[in-house]
Parts: sequence; C-alpha cells; structure tokens
Amino acid sequence: MLLFIFLPIISVVTQSLHIDHEQVFVEVENCDFFGCKKAMAVDTEATEQLRAEQPLGRFVGLDNYFNRSHLASSEIATAWKNSDSFGEFYDQVYNLPLYRAIIFTLVYTFTVTPLLIILGFLIAIGVNSLHRHLKGFVIFFSLLPMIVTPLVGSLILFWMIDSRGIIGSSLQHLFNDPNLSLKASTSLTWITLMVYGVWHSAPFAFVIFYAGLQTLPQDTLESAMIDGASRWERIRYVVIPHLMPLVTFVALIQLMDNFRVFEPIVGFNASAHATSLSSIIFSDLGGESRLLSSASTTSVLTILGVIVLLSPVLYRTWRDWERKV
Amino acid sequence: MNPVLKKTLVAAGLMAASASAYAGCGISAGNVNIIGNEFPAIQTIGAGAVACAGDGVEVKANLTKEHKDLQVPGLTGNPAEYTVAIVANSSIVPLMNDGLIRPLDDLIAKHGGNFNDKQKISIGGKTMAIGFMANAQHLVYRKDILEQAGIEAPTTYEEVLAAADVIKEKGLMKYPFGAAYAAGWGIAQEFNNMFLGFGGEFFKEGSAMPNINNEMGVNALNMMKSLTDHMNPDFLTLNNNEINAEWKAGNVALMQMWGSRAGPLLDGEGSAPGIADNTILAAPLTVGGGSIPATTLWWDGFTIAKNISDEDAEASYLAMVNAIDPSIMNAEVAKQAVWMIDGYEPTPASAGVFATINAGAKPYPMIPYESLLHTALGNELPDFFSGKESAEKTLADVEAAYETAAKEKGFL
Repeated sequence: MLLFIFLPIISVVTQSLHIDHEQVFVEVENCDFFGCKKAMAVDTEATEQLRAEQPLGRFVGLDNYFNRSHLASSEIATAWKNSDSFGEFYDQVYNLPLYRAIIFTLVYTFTVTPLLIILGFLIAIGVNSLHRHLKGFVIFFSLLPMIVTPLVGSLILFWMIDSRGIIGSSLQHLFNDPNLSLKASTSLTWITLMVYGVWHSAPFAFVIFYAGLQTLPQDTLESAMIDGASRWERIRYVVIPHLMPLVTFVALIQLMDNFRVFEPIVGFNASAHATSLSSIIFSDLGGESRLLSSASTTSVLTILGVIVLLSPVLYRTWRDWERKV
Repeated sequence: MNPVLKKTLVAAGLMAASASAYAGCGISAGNVNIIGNEFPAIQTIGAGAVACAGDGVEVKANLTKEHKDLQVPGLTGNPAEYTVAIVANSSIVPLMNDGLIRPLDDLIAKHGGNFNDKQKISIGGKTMAIGFMANAQHLVYRKDILEQAGIEAPTTYEEVLAAADVIKEKGLMKYPFGAAYAAGWGIAQEFNNMFLGFGGEFFKEGSAMPNINNEMGVNALNMMKSLTDHMNPDFLTLNNNEINAEWKAGNVALMQMWGSRAGPLLDGEGSAPGIADNTILAAPLTVGGGSIPATTLWWDGFTIAKNISDEDAEASYLAMVNAIDPSIMNAEVAKQAVWMIDGYEPTPASAGVFATINAGAKPYPMIPYESLLHTALGNELPDFFSGKESAEKTLADVEAAYETAAKEKGFL
C-alpha cells in the first residue's frame, strides 16, 4: 500500500506544484537540405545548470490548479461577469478543457452506470428463466462484450458506424439523409460512446446478478406464489430487495470504472467531440513535448473527483456494515 | 512444408547470411539500439543498421508509430536506453531542448562516412544529425476524373474548390477532396500548411509569443472549412491511412498526401482497377494568391544519444553510416522515398516532393516551442470545424492554450 498507492500519489502531488525551469534561449543558425535559417534554440548548458540548482523545477504553489488548463479561476470569473444568461455562461465554461472533460465524464458515468445495471438485471432475469440446457450457451454469448478487449470492441463498432459502414449506411437509408454521420456530430458521438459503454459493461452486472439469483430464498418465492403474487410482484418485492447489496457493489465498481472512461474515446477517434479526464491526461503525456505538471494536476483533481463520487456509496456500505456488527 | 513458411525461412536464412557477411561494418565493440518511425524507407535504414550485428556487437531497432512518445524518455536515462534516434525536423527539437543528443563532428572527423556535405544537418554550427531523405505533403489527383469533368489540374486551393464543385455537379463523386483532418496532429498540420501559404509567421519575432490570431489565421481556417464541404463528413476522424484507403477505393479525386505515403498508390496494390494508372503526384497547392506553397518541407535523419558511452556512440555511428551508404540504392529502395543519398535516381513516386522543393516551400520550423503550438492547435481547432465557434474565438483559444503550456515548460 505504501509503495504502490501512497508514494505515487505523493509524487504526483509534488509534481503538480512545480513547473519547468525558465528556458534560456540562444539564437542559432540551423542548416539542412533546404538551406540555412536563423532560429531560437534552448541553451542546454545554462538550462542544465538551473536544473542542477533546483532539480524539482520552479515551485509555483497552486498555480497549476488555477490555470486555464485546469480550474481556470480567472476565465470562469470573466465568463460569469460577461455572460447574460446561464446558457452563455455554460458555453464559455464548456470551452475550457478541464470542464469539458468533467462534463463528459460525469454525463457518461451517470448515464451508463444506471443503464448497465438495469440491462444487466434484465439479462440475468431472462437467462435465469431459460431451460437449463440453453443456459450455458446463452451465458457465454452474453459475456462476450466483456471478454472482447475494450479497444478492439470499440474499433469494431467504430468501423460499423462509419458513414460507409453497415450501421452508418443503414441509418442513412433509414432517415433518408445521405449526409448523416454518427461521427460528425457531438451529440451522436456521445450517444455512440454511451451505447458502447453499456454494451461493454452490462455483462459484468449480469454475471453478478445471475450469481445472486442462484441464492434466491425459494421458500419466500413459493409463499409469494401461493399468495397469488404475479411475476412482476415477485421481482419487485422478493428478487430486487434480495439483490440490493449486489446493486450497491456493482454501482460502486462501475462508477469507478466509468469515471476513468478512456479506451472508447481512443478507439472511436472521438477526441474532437468528447474528452474525458483520463484522455486529457493521456494527451498531456503523449506527443513530442510532455506536460508532466499539467498531467499531474489533472490526476490529483481526478483522485479528488473519485473520492467525492464514491463517498455516498462508501458511506452507505460502511453504515450497512456497522449495523450488521 | 507450407510454401509461405518455406519462403520466410529461406529469406531469414539469407538475411542471417548477409548479416554475417557484413558483420562488423568496422565496429569493434559496443551496442546499438535504434528508435524511429515505421514507414518503408525507415524500415530499410533500420534493417541496414541491424545487418552490422555480429561478433559481440548487438544492434536492435524499435521502429514504431509511437516513436515520438518514446524518444525523449528513451534517451533521458544515463545510460540511455536508445543510442540512435531517427528523427524528423519536428522531432529533433525536443531532443535538442533537453540536450539529449551529441554533436557528430568528432565522429565524422574520426570515421568519415560515405555521405555528402548537404546531408549534414547543423544547429548552431554543430552537426547534430545526418539526413537521408526528404518528405512533404503535396497534391495527388485522378487524371481520368479531371478529364471527365473537363478541368485542368488545379494549382491553387481556390481551383480545388471550383474543381470539386464541377466533379460533384457532374455526379462523378460525392466527396471529391481528401486530406488528413483528424483531430489532433493531423488537422493542426493542415492548419500550419495553410497558414504558411497565406504568408503567416507562427511566433512574434524573437519571442515565444504566438502570432496566429490574425487575418492569415482566419483566412486559413475559412479555406479549410470550405474544403471540408467537399470531404467525407467523418473528416475529423480520418487519418492518412483512411484517406489513402478512400483513394484506393476510388472515392476521392483530389487529395493532399505525404510523398512518403503517396508512392505506394502508384503500384496499384489494394487499389480498385484503373485507379493507380490515373494517379498523378503533383506540385503542392498555393492559396490566396500567394507564391509560397501551402505545405512544409521535412527531412528525416539520424541522431546519436548523448548519455551513452563513447564506445556505443562509435558503434551507433558506424552502423547508421553503413545503413545510409549509397550502396543500399536499388530499384526497390529508390521507390520508397526521396533520398538525399548520392546515387539516387528520382522515380515517379518522388515527383510531388521534388515539385515541393522546387516551388520554394518552407521547412517545418525547428523552434523549441513549435510542438506546443502544434498540440494546442490539434486540441482546439475541432471546435471550429464542428461549428461550435467562430474562427477568431478558436484562434484565441489556441493562443490561450499554447500560452498555458508554454508557461509550464518555461518558454514564456
């Protein structure tokens, strides 16, 4: 715990409080096949010396947290002052990278999690009422979306929804709109990502609920039947209360999972329309110039986000546990 | 035995044989580990270096699309993981910024090498890289489609718009124009091209302050927007590979493509019938009445890590010099790139890049903070193309995002 959780968090927090040294420039002449040109370059020796004096970089306190790439305090203040309506304010906030990522991440998390719990539950109920010879076969197929690697799964769907792909061109026929493209519109991209999210994670909920169904108290069920309870009433008053602790468990795991949504955004090439907290950290870390401080700051904010998000569920679990003890 | 397997084994055997025949390349000791991009020309160079392995000298090559993400961390350690980085004029900059590569002048003086002076790439008077090929984005067009539409090959973006209109009107194609406008690096590069075409300068003179939110920037964005009307509506997700696939399928008649990737379109592999024969690699386009083409020139070359032993550095230098020796040139290799190596005879695949050089295109700038601006453009431009923002607002966002990043990196 100390080595794998505590120390990395300390290092990320430290990094987020620092930025790189001021770069010392020199003007040099660069020559290549295409001729010579004067340009700026970094004086590595001078910069090296600065680095040796202060290996961590320049300490800036919480500046990284409040700059435009993160909480953007001054941009938010200006937006609040200059906008006449809430819609206008929202547009300006949505234009800031971190808020855009948070908005997508939250919408994704709170749409996908309930839907996948409902879908997983319906599949579990359906499979449970099948004939026992069919069960094994159907269970295997229901689990496939979870077995498929997320990136591969999203790529398959990505090709199918291409405007020349099978789903894409069918939709064009269906709506009689040859320019309809699921990838070109922000809202359709969001819907696609969420459908993919539900498709990918529902089997997880299904497996847990199906296991739970095997422990249903048969006596209660039979007495409910004798009392004339319909199938719906039995599900409502016997099955759901019995599975409730499992719902909490699935919600907890899936909230955490969906909060760090990442692979579908890469797989669907969707960064033009949707960014998540994980995807902006990834883009800060990639490429030719890596922005380590910016990535660390976003990471710390993500950790805080997870804590806030999970606190109600954790509190509930803790209270249940206390009550039992 | 399965014939494919048999061929592979024979090929492997031949390679092993040739490796031992070349073994040494004059290397007495040391290890070589190469990081670089993965297109065919670089594969050839990598294989040439690996052929020097033997007699206790180990030569490894990691040629991957992710080279940009790997090269800085891979050369930072002491000793560095990689001894050689194959770079382009954009990717040498982060290595220079952090002082991760060594000047090659001593090695050149000691070991020489069969290359010409033009191949030496010098920064501040020191040779930091040896170049071996040039690259550029330029126009590719379908002769047959333009003939059917009764139009001349376009030389400006304005003519491309007119040509695309005619092709659409005549019902020849739905989306006649193609270019890699995927969000991220690709669309930012297209903006850079267009911005230079309009005569823009990315930074205020002598400083790291951005200089794109101006008339040239707005014109560049508006021209790109007009072009997207003639592109597949999924354009924000389409990279070079997908655009090339569209070309091979016959869905595109005019395309902006890299010289290094346009060559394979001529040999017809994977193309629908009749497309390769009608594919013409042409000069880059100008825009807005300007004379500088709206594109950038690129070179690829090798650099040697600083944080390695002198023995490894010498081994790396010798292996790479062997890999770019004029003796590698043959008909197959000549087709892979526009080589800057002596003895290279231009092939039809090089027509576009040579036309770009002759048209006086500007090289992609080797400036320490250029890649930060490139990243900011890649993240912010899609808002303009999905219709959420005006051009001015988008460019202001790009400058703000760039300034935040540049402050963090200590450039501002």
